Amino acid sequence: MAYKTIVGLEIHVELMTKTKLFCSCKNEFGGEANTHCCPICLGLPGAMPKLNKGALEYAIKAGLAFNCQIAHRLKMDRKHYFYPDLTKGYQISQDDNPLCANGYLIIEGEEGPKKIGIQRIHLEEDTGKSIHTEAGDTLVDYNRAGVPLIEIVTAPDINSGEEARMFLENLKNTLKYIEVSDCKMEEGSLRCDVNINVVDTETGKKTNITEIKNLNSFKAVATAIEYEEKRHISLLEEGKNTDKETRRWNDVENVTIIMREKGGTDNYRYAVDVDILPVAIDREWIDDIKANLPELPQDKKERFMRDYDLPAYDAGVLTQSKELSIFFEETVKLCDDPKQVSNWVMGDVLRGLNDKAIEVGDLKFGPEDLAALLKLIKEDKISNNVGKKVLREMFETGKKPEDIVKEKGLIQISDEDELKKIVAQVLEENEQSVIDYKNGKDRALGFIIGQVMKATRGKANPQIVNKLVLEAIEEK
Amino acid sequence: MDITSLTAMEIREKIANKEISAQEVIKAHLDRIKELDGDLNAFITITEEEAFEAAKRVDEKVKNGEKLGKLAGIPIGVKDNIVTKDIRTTAGSKMLENFIPPYDATVIKRIKEEDGIILGKTNLDEFAGSYSTESSYFGVTKNPIDRERVPGGSSGGSTAAVRAQEVALALGSDTGGSNRQPASYCGIVGIKPSYGLVSRHGLIPLSNSLDVVGSFARNVTDASLLLDVIAGRDEKDPTAMDIERGSYLEGLTGDIKGMKVALPKEYMNMPMDARVKEKVLQAAKVFEKLGAHVEEVSLPHAKYAWATYYLIVVSEISSAMAKYDGVSYGHRTEDYESLDELFIKSRTEGLGEEIKRSIMAGTYILSTEEGRKYYEKAFRVRALLKEDFDRVFEKYDVILTPTTPNLPFKIGESVKNPTEMYGSGIFCIPANVVGLCALSVPCGYVHGLPVGLQIMGDRFKEANILKAAYAFEGELSLGGDK
Repeated sequence: MAYKTIVGLEIHVELMTKTKLFCSCKNEFGGEANTHCCPICLGLPGAMPKLNKGALEYAIKAGLAFNCQIAHRLKMDRKHYFYPDLTKGYQISQDDNPLCANGYLIIEGEEGPKKIGIQRIHLEEDTGKSIHTEAGDTLVDYNRAGVPLIEIVTAPDINSGEEARMFLENLKNTLKYIEVSDCKMEEGSLRCDVNINVVDTETGKKTNITEIKNLNSFKAVATAIEYEEKRHISLLEEGKNTDKETRRWNDVENVTIIMREKGGTDNYRYAVDVDILPVAIDREWIDDIKANLPELPQDKKERFMRDYDLPAYDAGVLTQSKELSIFFEETVKLCDDPKQVSNWVMGDVLRGLNDKAIEVGDLKFGPEDLAALLKLIKEDKISNNVGKKVLREMFETGKKPEDIVKEKGLIQISDEDELKKIVAQVLEENEQSVIDYKNGKDRALGFIIGQVMKATRGKANPQIVNKLVLEAIEEK
Repeated sequence: MDITSLTAMEIREKIANKEISAQEVIKAHLDRIKELDGDLNAFITITEEEAFEAAKRVDEKVKNGEKLGKLAGIPIGVKDNIVTKDIRTTAGSKMLENFIPPYDATVIKRIKEEDGIILGKTNLDEFAGSYSTESSYFGVTKNPIDRERVPGGSSGGSTAAVRAQEVALALGSDTGGSNRQPASYCGIVGIKPSYGLVSRHGLIPLSNSLDVVGSFARNVTDASLLLDVIAGRDEKDPTAMDIERGSYLEGLTGDIKGMKVALPKEYMNMPMDARVKEKVLQAAKVFEKLGAHVEEVSLPHAKYAWATYYLIVVSEISSAMAKYDGVSYGHRTEDYESLDELFIKSRTEGLGEEIKRSIMAGTYILSTEEGRKYYEKAFRVRALLKEDFDRVFEKYDVILTPTTPNLPFKIGESVKNPTEMYGSGIFCIPANVVGLCALSVPCGYVHGLPVGLQIMGDRFKEANILKAAYAFEGELSLGGDK
């Protein structure tokens, strides 16, 4: 039997405008509960919404970054439902005329680049946050109520958990590049729901679509999809079908649990919100936003390959986050060896970031420091290995590489006269090894060189030591 | 001197001239309220303390020779669906029985800035959703002219208070005639400005695309004075437009020679009380006498106005009422076990019959395929109605119709015959549906009951209807038909 998994994502992203979508309250994560509120975002009787044009511009930016068509007119609608964290009994959102439509995003699929369709991106307001106490009460914090959101709806073009993860990584990276959202899943500024079903490609039989909520990381999205995929397939194999339902991901047990059934279609009684006058979006404005859009990840990757002559893999890794790509370019500007910089950034720098679980912004040293380190290596003042040690020290203390080298006396010894004496000493102490080497045991040479390095506490220039040891053995 | 019989303009002048103090004015009106309002029930809340504080400030200004605001010392009633900071605002509903807003509506701010003095909050149909002021949670308001009759609605508290000289001026809101119909029933002047002339920030919405705030007074001049203060662009309400206009007050010249006046035949031929029709035709004669050209015109889509209005209004009501869920303010049921029960019971207990009927109709329209078809059609017919009026206003300055087809009905009658009550708004609703300006000005009495003349103007042409009404009012007073 052959099965195909079909996944569509609904992603909510908070826009990082200074103020909320319809009032001048601060748009800020956290803060004491119910302190960033006013009659407008609390939906008090009589308070009128006033559109934040900045949020509209951010949403258009996102639409352009994902290759969408932008509507000529912004129309806001009311989506009605009852819930305690919804202040007005309706959410101001968009129904039939989304701001952005028909876009796409390309991911590196298993069989090469794959286009994932983006059906629509619309602008809406966030709701407040319900907090359930241990005592069983529900409290509501309205600080988040009215924060601008975009909802991104993909086409059902995703066919695996891994593809979903890649799509989300790419999406997040792009949104961060264009600086419209910080996309912090842990703070809820990026939230993702999954719609999934499976089709038996031989019989054409399909399972009903399941919606999965409560996904708090990209990994959870991928794992939940894999879990559901198996559940759908095993039901199909038993000749059964899934129920139309919403399930909650439990990331402790790694299973999905039914949350609620989906009886019929939701009826939100959409109606135009006449308090928000339609905004004409003229082409000039869009062109202007487009012209000022920062370089997108894909474009940057291509430029890195072209300008710095980097392999696709390197360029891909370096542009996976905006901050990392900037760090790379700034370093290259100071020491003109892109491939060397790329090796270091992709290798030891990235490893250090991962080990410490920090972001580029948290680094205690800057591109100028990395450049200085690479210069020390290039000028043979320190060896590559010592360089790695110095970098580790820079991660810890943020000290300048020159200072670390000086303090620890790590300057490489390249003076042949000085090294000759040490080599002679080592050979004298290890006669047996010399004999072994002469008898064809190549490993003995490594041992002798190691002894020389040890005697110089690693500071000896390895190439010179190699040469001197060989010369000295010849002479014996 | 009977202070409560003074006009707003007279009060302002006498205070400025130090003939009377603002505190005397306020005391006289509060005394009148105490004397009459136990029976009339025009007020839900009386703000005696705040009013005296404000009056003291005005008197201080007079004493110090400071510049006085345009409404200095004038006692004003405010319909209780317009929010007032720290003063309970109920919208006539149990739902908001204890709701104390943390902010002032823009119109309230403007009144305070011009030294106007708010005496209290006036009664209304619950959420301004009917035509008789009988659906208020706070009891029925009686018509001061005939206390067995309704004052009209929904702004019946404001119109009764103005008529009974409890205040000189009042604010109301008009969604489908709620300023004009009660003004007509109480024999006073009531203005429904164009949609977008006056800020709605702080007006508790009934139907967001139709609601407007307007003014009441016992004469056109006073009503224009208040409109001058409240009209204009507002940062807080993007739908309030920046309109170039002169002072309405200064536009009241009394000269309407050459004004083009239209009498729409479809409206004049609708079923109505013959005595009302007679009065309106006489009014048209008065306009001719004043030198205006009166001609019959056609508004062919008139017969669809009511259905269009109804579809829009109930849909918007069902949306506007969604926020009253008992969660963060307003009435919350004491008895609930689940979230759904909290919502359902709070709303069931907190909202009245009339509003619930509208919510149900609106929910049906927005949630069913059939309903949505009608809803969308209503918007198309709205455009046709607008074209009708555009054509007329290309040639004419104002349109005359009766304000209502009937005389004020008796309290309790509307329960027996709700269609007649709704019918009383038939001439008023087109101005709401199309966003035009309109007013009601008294045009005579039938057996002691007042008849109102509606004067409609193109959007933002308030100057035309006020000028026309002022000239008419002047001529009528000479006729002595009171």
